[in-house]
This record gives sequence, structure tokens and C-alpha cells, in this order.
Amino acid sequence: MQPDRHEIALSVNGKSYRREVESRMLLSDFLRHQLMLAGTHVGCEHGVCGACTILLDGAPVRSCLMLAVQANGHELATVEGLAGETGLHPVQQAMHEHHGLQCGFCTPGILMTMTVFLKENPSPSEEEVREALSGNLCRCTGYQNIVDAMLAAAKTMRNGAP
Amino acid sequence: MKPAPFKYVKASSVAHALSLKAEHGDDARFLAGGQSLIPAMNFRLARPSVLIDINDLSDLAGCGEAEEGRLRLGALTRYRALERNSDFLKACPLFADALPHIAHPQIRNRGTIGGNLSHADPASELPAVAVTMGARLHLKSATGERQVEACDFFIGLLTTDVQPDEMLVDIALPVQKPRSGACFMEVARRRGDFALAGVAAIVTLDAEGRCSQVRLGLCGVGETPVDASGGAAALIGETFNDKAVEAVVADVQRLIEPAGNVHASADYQRHVAGVLTGRALRTAYQRIAHAA
Repeated sequence: MQPDRHEIALSVNGKSYRREVESRMLLSDFLRHQLMLAGTHVGCEHGVCGACTILLDGAPVRSCLMLAVQANGHELATVEGLAGETGLHPVQQAMHEHHGLQCGFCTPGILMTMTVFLKENPSPSEEEVREALSGNLCRCTGYQNIVDAMLAAAKTMRNGAP
Repeated sequence: MKPAPFKYVKASSVAHALSLKAEHGDDARFLAGGQSLIPAMNFRLARPSVLIDINDLSDLAGCGEAEEGRLRLGALTRYRALERNSDFLKACPLFADALPHIAHPQIRNRGTIGGNLSHADPASELPAVAVTMGARLHLKSATGERQVEACDFFIGLLTTDVQPDEMLVDIALPVQKPRSGACFMEVARRRGDFALAGVAAIVTLDAEGRCSQVRLGLCGVGETPVDASGGAAALIGETFNDKAVEAVVADVQRLIEPAGNVHASADYQRHVAGVLTGRALRTAYQRIAHAA
């Protein structure tokens, strides 16, 4: 069978890209190997671990459960686009300050999931934070420091940071 | 590359999608949310030679009025859209309970109602909800269309009545009747995991406050969702009481045949199904009183 190839055009973190991809290439692999945006991590590759979470038109999704060809015409955001010119995003800053990561493998997925969650839920309870984190596995921290970081980030964001 | 090679076609209309399916039959799969199909393809458990992407078919998505007393849900409606539709959740409150149990927010942003029902995982929540509510499923092919009741739709493990040339295009859901309460509960090992057992219950009272109808459906305890409404006879015609609930619990535990799995023995699944049946019935009943 001849490789089934398609031309796609998409934007990632505000930058436009045009590439030819084989239809069976996963979006996660496309981001890492073709666009060289290796901040998106690949863990389980069947939608369980959450490490590959990115934003598709503003909504967190698993990039290992989408084909690159499906992203044609869409706007993506990855962890590389999170920090602004003035420094880290408040969620990144809070993870840093609260020791919310050890090996860091799960961190990009957690950041992409939780920045959207905190924007939609500015004053979450601890239980709501834990529920929002349920789709992202972390094998180092035991989650407590991540939860602390998210509650602190929520406070910072409520007080007017971006 | 994780999946085996395939030809990708983006369908431009429902008719286009159906003509491709008529041409390729079982060798082709529809790609909706992809939250079950892509993992299966990543494992190469599924190796379709043609993938028909239906994500652009916006007339397959959304919620609207169907015939009298029913709401129509397009097959491409995503879980997340329903979670944010308060009118829908009020009309079909079983969904309000069940949706948060479906995987995780990232999955619910992509996953679709039609994809879930067509995949027919017996541990999944929505097949049990559809059977309990008495949903009617609308199938289309290039040459015709037909309606199938939810209780006839699920044939076996991951197997439905959908034929190789057909697509599930929408479902019609009865809105909640007056003097009714509903509840869905499940036990899973972790938040978002498939259920070890789950129970959907709808209790309806007559004008005198006696139970006129009790609908019960279970997930995770058989090869298909289980309609256990027949086990609720002890409550029918009675005022809601503990003795009758215990009788229903015992009947449901007799009726189901859980297979057991690596996480739970069959006996444990049966026990959990019984406990959840009692709790779901009581909660559904309390919600009627609360609404009145």
C-alpha cells in the first residue's frame, strides 16, 4: 500500500505551519518529530496518562488520540506557548514554587489541562482541583504539591495576572 | 507510527460518508471523537483500511426537539457539549449523573454520544443509560434508514445491530416524566476508569404516590448493558418502602451474571451492583420528593 499522504495547514502557539503528513501519523508524534515541539510528552499512547494533553481550539485534548491530519485548519496550543514575554505563566510559577514536579514528565500535560480549568473555574475547591487533575497521571509527587500549586495559581490568577 | 496504514477520507456530507461505507463495508470505520477507535488502532487491535472522518458533519451534532416528549441528540454531539447544556440535563437527568463518570475532561472534549453507543463497551455508562431511558436509535445507510430500540441495539460484547453499511445518526430520548426521579451511580477503581458496576434508576410515582414505573439498567456486569427493570416488580403499585427496595436488590443480584475480572470477582461485582441498586433507587425517590 502506498503511503496515504495529505497536506495540512494549522497554527501552533500562534505560528502557522504547512506540512505533508501520512494519515496514520498521530498528532503527538507530528508535534514532536515534524514541528520539533518536544515539550508535548508521549506516555501511554492510548489516552490514559494525559502527558500529551494539548489545546485544540482552546480545549484540552489528548494529542495521542488524534491524527495529525485531523488538526488541519485548527488552532493548537502546546506547553511551549505558555510562558509570556514577562515570564512564566502563573500556573507554571506556582508549580515551581510549590515543588509540583520532580521528574517533570507529566508536567506539560498537567499545565495544559489546568490553565484551561483555572480560567473556567477561578475559585475551585481542593476537591474540584483533584477532579480536574484526575486525567493526568503523576508517579512522583503524590499529587499533594500539584494540588497546592493549583490552589495558589488560582489565587494569583484571581488577583489579576494573565 | 502506531496505527497500521489506512486511507483517510474526510466526509463532506452524511450522504458522502454513507456511500463510502456502502462501498467499503467492514473494512471502513467512521472516525468521530476517536477516543476508543484511535487507542484500538494504536494497539493495532483495529486495522481499518479506510477511515471516514465525520467530524465536519455539523448536522450530525447538537440537541433538539424530536417527536412529542422526546429530545433528539445528534450522534456527533460531544459529551462536553451536553455537560454544559443545562436544559438538556434537566430534561434527561440521568445524563447529569452519568457524564462526569465518563473518562476525563480531555476525553469528554472529544468523545461523542454516537461513537460511545456504537462502540458498545458493556462497562461504559451511556449504553446502560440509553437502555434505562428507553432511547430509540436512528440508523441510516445509503439505501434506507430505520429505528432500533436501545434494548435491541446492544447484541453482545462490543457488538451492536449496526450493519456494515449503516451509521448511527441520532438518538431520541424520552424526557423525564412528571413525578419522576433519576439517579446513576457507579464504582470504579479510579475516577474515570470503567465501572466495576454501575446502576441507572428511574422511579415514577402515580398521583397517589405509589410506584407506577421503575426502570433499572446496569453497566459493567455483563457482555451488554443489562435491563434489570423486570427485577423491580416488588416496588410496582407500592408506596416506596425499604422492604420492597431490599426485595428489588435481591432480584437484581439474582438476575445479573457478572463474569468477574482482574479487579473484582463476580461475587464482589454482584455485591456492589446490589448496594448501588439500593442507593440509586433511594436517591431517585428522594429527588422526586425534593422536586415536589
